[in-house]
Amino acid sequence: MLAYIARRIVYVIPIVISVALVCFLLVHITPGDPLVAVLPADASQELAAQLRAAYGFDRPLPVQFGLWLLRALHGDLGNSIATGRPVLAEVMRAVGNTVTLAIAAAVIGFTMGILLGLIAGYFRETWIDKVATSFAIAGVSVPHYWLGMVLVIIFSVQLNWLPAVGAGPNGSNSWAWDWAHLKYLVLPAITTSVIPMGIVTRTVRALTGDILSQDFVEALRAKGLHERGVFRHVIKNAAPTALAVMGLQLGYMLGGSILIETVFSWPGSGFLLNSAIFQRDLPLLQGTILILALFFVFLNLLVDIAQAAIDPRIKRG
Amino acid sequence: MDIAAMSELPLSATADAALQAAPATRARGYWATVGRRITRDKVSMVCALVLLLIFLSAILAPWLGLEDPYKGSMIRRLRHIGTAGYPLGTDELGRDMLARLIYGGRLSLVIGILPVILAFCIGTSLGIIAGYVGGRLNTAIMRTIDVFYAFPSVLLAIAISGALGAGILNSIVALTIVFVPQITRVAESVTTGVRNMDFVEAARASGAGALTIMRVHILGNVLGAIFVYATSLISVSMILAAGLSFLGLGTKPPEPEWGLMLNTLRTAIYVNPWVAALPGAMIFAVSICFNLLSDGLRSAMDIRN
Repeated sequence: MLAYIARRIVYVIPIVISVALVCFLLVHITPGDPLVAVLPADASQELAAQLRAAYGFDRPLPVQFGLWLLRALHGDLGNSIATGRPVLAEVMRAVGNTVTLAIAAAVIGFTMGILLGLIAGYFRETWIDKVATSFAIAGVSVPHYWLGMVLVIIFSVQLNWLPAVGAGPNGSNSWAWDWAHLKYLVLPAITTSVIPMGIVTRTVRALTGDILSQDFVEALRAKGLHERGVFRHVIKNAAPTALAVMGLQLGYMLGGSILIETVFSWPGSGFLLNSAIFQRDLPLLQGTILILALFFVFLNLLVDIAQAAIDPRIKRG
Repeated sequence: MDIAAMSELPLSATADAALQAAPATRARGYWATVGRRITRDKVSMVCALVLLLIFLSAILAPWLGLEDPYKGSMIRRLRHIGTAGYPLGTDELGRDMLARLIYGGRLSLVIGILPVILAFCIGTSLGIIAGYVGGRLNTAIMRTIDVFYAFPSVLLAIAISGALGAGILNSIVALTIVFVPQITRVAESVTTGVRNMDFVEAARASGAGALTIMRVHILGNVLGAIFVYATSLISVSMILAAGLSFLGLGTKPPEPEWGLMLNTLRTAIYVNPWVAALPGAMIFAVSICFNLLSDGLRSAMDIRN
């Protein structure tokens, strides 16, 4: 087990460096001067050159990357051009809100997905299966930003039950676990949960169907095991794959939250990314993407290790 | 699926018998079988019909006698659905929604589908080369692909188009970059499955060059699987392409495009909510039809079942 974990961690190092390289290069495929956001339109040549040197934009690319990586390792991702505050602090503050949203959505989406998937897989080719599968297809096909809008139209505009935007009363950005704040979480969390719900349903349905059609299930039933016992075997066998899919989905929710956070003005990392793009705040853009991608890489690592821990077959492979 | 498979049994049995009895008559080809199976699938056919209608109306838009999708009017802004003369109402600038939704299909479908087609061509080539040649080239291609897998696809699309700046071309480039790694991975894995088969060995033994083997012997055997995978990406691509426009990273106003329309109409949800939701319903319809059609195609092609 330890050897497996060590091997898996070593494998992550080149990925992390490449991810950093991609994030670094993102700024350099950008057309135009990266300083355009801070320089006044009538700035003199000297001032522009001075600033370029101050930000280090005048050095050769590999040197810039090396220096940037070294600083990043020390937790220094530079300062936001728009606000002047450190990028790392800005991103970490926003990521907290995104994690809250992703966890709430995961609880809803995974619970629904597992239940629907088990039921659909157990009652394969019946009307129950058809209903559950339709839910799953709708979940993966719906443009979630539009679903968010429709939910706002129904529950905020028409019924006036839930707030349409923000993460707390009076535009507060600090999260708390009380109803005044939870109200704000309901619609974004439901909206975020539909894609994982659909994907988990499809995965669990396929797994359940496959396992139930295997010979050992037949043998268990022939030996007189009641259906609850058979179900336990199904869950045990489906768990490793289902867990891997859910881990990946959690990563997608953390990294792909920009559309939903924009619809609901949820003050998370996606919302921050949106403002970084439109203010052409390149250090902030770079830093946000780097941190979200690193989250994703480490989540994948954790999932792999967890999967190996519960499924002894993987360690041997 | 099981019922369909069962009804296939006597047919393939007779086909086998026919093959033994009269070798001169050709056995039904694989693609003919797939075609016959999918035309019997009601869900797939309904989806194909809906998509055909949306495509045809988008292509034929200028000849349908619609209002000008660009012409607004301050006095008839945000009319409700069912207003005389404006069956689907008007948008925030008083432009006819029906015309804009139909014209909007032109751009929306192109920016949604073109990235998948481009990625299909690039990814298939890369994957077959990596899978067939193997060795260092395989390692080089596949490890580069792994790097893109370290980003959630929405984040990657937004990162690239955010860095390149808004625009239709940039959003197509960004989405193509998102889908190339996924298709390459599938293409590589099916190619590695085929490359050691006897007929490839036979072709090599009879002196065929690597390019000829890849083009003639491998391509035909892997294309089906890659194609089905690619069709399943169209739904995601439609949602993402419209999503980029929704964020302001794709199409620019006043162009009619579903994602952008959804964005500009967001301000109107308190005045005329259901008109504001219409463009999203179009994206949803196209996306779900492509998903179901792709599922239908997958089970039609899975002859083993």
